[in-house]
Amino acid sequence: MANVDQQALFQFLLRMGDNTLVLGHRVSEWCGHAPVLEEDIALANTALDLIGQTQFWLGLAGEVEGKGQDADALAFRRDVWDFRNFLICEMPNGDFGQTLMRQFLFDAWASVTLAHLQKSSDERVAGIAAKASKEVAYHLERSSDTIVGLGDGTAESHDRMQAALEYLWPYVGEMFASDDVDANMVAAGIATDPAGLRGEFDAIITRVLTQATLNIPQSTFAHKGGRDGSIHTEHLGHLLTSMQWLQRVYPDASW
Amino acid sequence: MTQIAEHPPIDQIWDWLHAVPDPEIPVISLTDLGIIRDVAYDGETLVVTVTPTYSGCPATSIINLDIETALRDQGMTDIRLKQQIFPPWTTDWLTPEGAEKLEKYGIAPPTAAGGPKRCPQCGGTHLEKLSQFGSTPCKAQWKCLGCLEPFDYFKCI
Repeated sequence: MANVDQQALFQFLLRMGDNTLVLGHRVSEWCGHAPVLEEDIALANTALDLIGQTQFWLGLAGEVEGKGQDADALAFRRDVWDFRNFLICEMPNGDFGQTLMRQFLFDAWASVTLAHLQKSSDERVAGIAAKASKEVAYHLERSSDTIVGLGDGTAESHDRMQAALEYLWPYVGEMFASDDVDANMVAAGIATDPAGLRGEFDAIITRVLTQATLNIPQSTFAHKGGRDGSIHTEHLGHLLTSMQWLQRVYPDASW
Repeated sequence: MTQIAEHPPIDQIWDWLHAVPDPEIPVISLTDLGIIRDVAYDGETLVVTVTPTYSGCPATSIINLDIETALRDQGMTDIRLKQQIFPPWTTDWLTPEGAEKLEKYGIAPPTAAGGPKRCPQCGGTHLEKLSQFGSTPCKAQWKCLGCLEPFDYFKCI
């Protein structure tokens, strides 16, 4: 492990943890607002799993950084430019269909990625991936079922799902765009090159979206900038304002 | 080795932990649930290794508090709780006794087939899934088409 670039590992872990943190917070915004009680509970449970996974990823990130920051400090005391999540995670909830489409695309990425991370040369990373993978398999099963149910549902639900897919499609490419951090992780045997995971991802989404009678957009254009922090959408700042408010106003508050 | 004789034996600790109920499903104990992975002395300190059921299970911190309280009530003072996430918790670690207690309580125990075997109320086998998620991260909601009662199913992971 001595040869692993700790700064690159820190960045990699922030990316993993910020994805689950930002998406987890977004999904939690549905709590008390979902169309039916069962869906409300399902969304809240999904959010809870994602926040739980965040504690592991950001906890390890803080340990690797070695500056005494724990998961809470990383979650609540960084500003927009320090976040390393995919842009898709911070996109607004929109309607229920858009929320589930975002969840499905993320779940498909997560299930493929975590399966590879279980073979990581860093046993701490492999351990978190093994734990998270079980939860993600369950999330993917549910989001897939819902995508099919709504896509192949009424004319109204079909149109909304197609619109959601088209709205979110330009944010898919970023999940598979590799950079120096990834090259570093690949060299150390810690993670697989994201670019190499696109085939497995495409196999999952093609199967489900076809069954859902939805058309996969052909465009390969991709909005980027979230996972390297170069540019986030305007939505992340608003999310953080709400998520971090208490710790910003009352630092170290606890109950 | 007289020093060791002063510590309650490990078996005794397991017995005490066996009496600590799960905070969300009090009918089963923490050992029934299979989340206590190890109990051992590290010098003078008793180390209890606990694994979470689900990453975000809000009961995790309460469970730690309950373990510590139960052991302190028995006069133990030097205690350390250790979290271990690998290997990840699986419902295979739920004891047969735990599964039986769940069913009596009205929660269908996990099965490898991925769904409840029978209705915990009437024993009917004509069942329908209402939702993949339930009142806690570890449960899903099902309904019996025989007695028409909804019930919780302990998810198999």
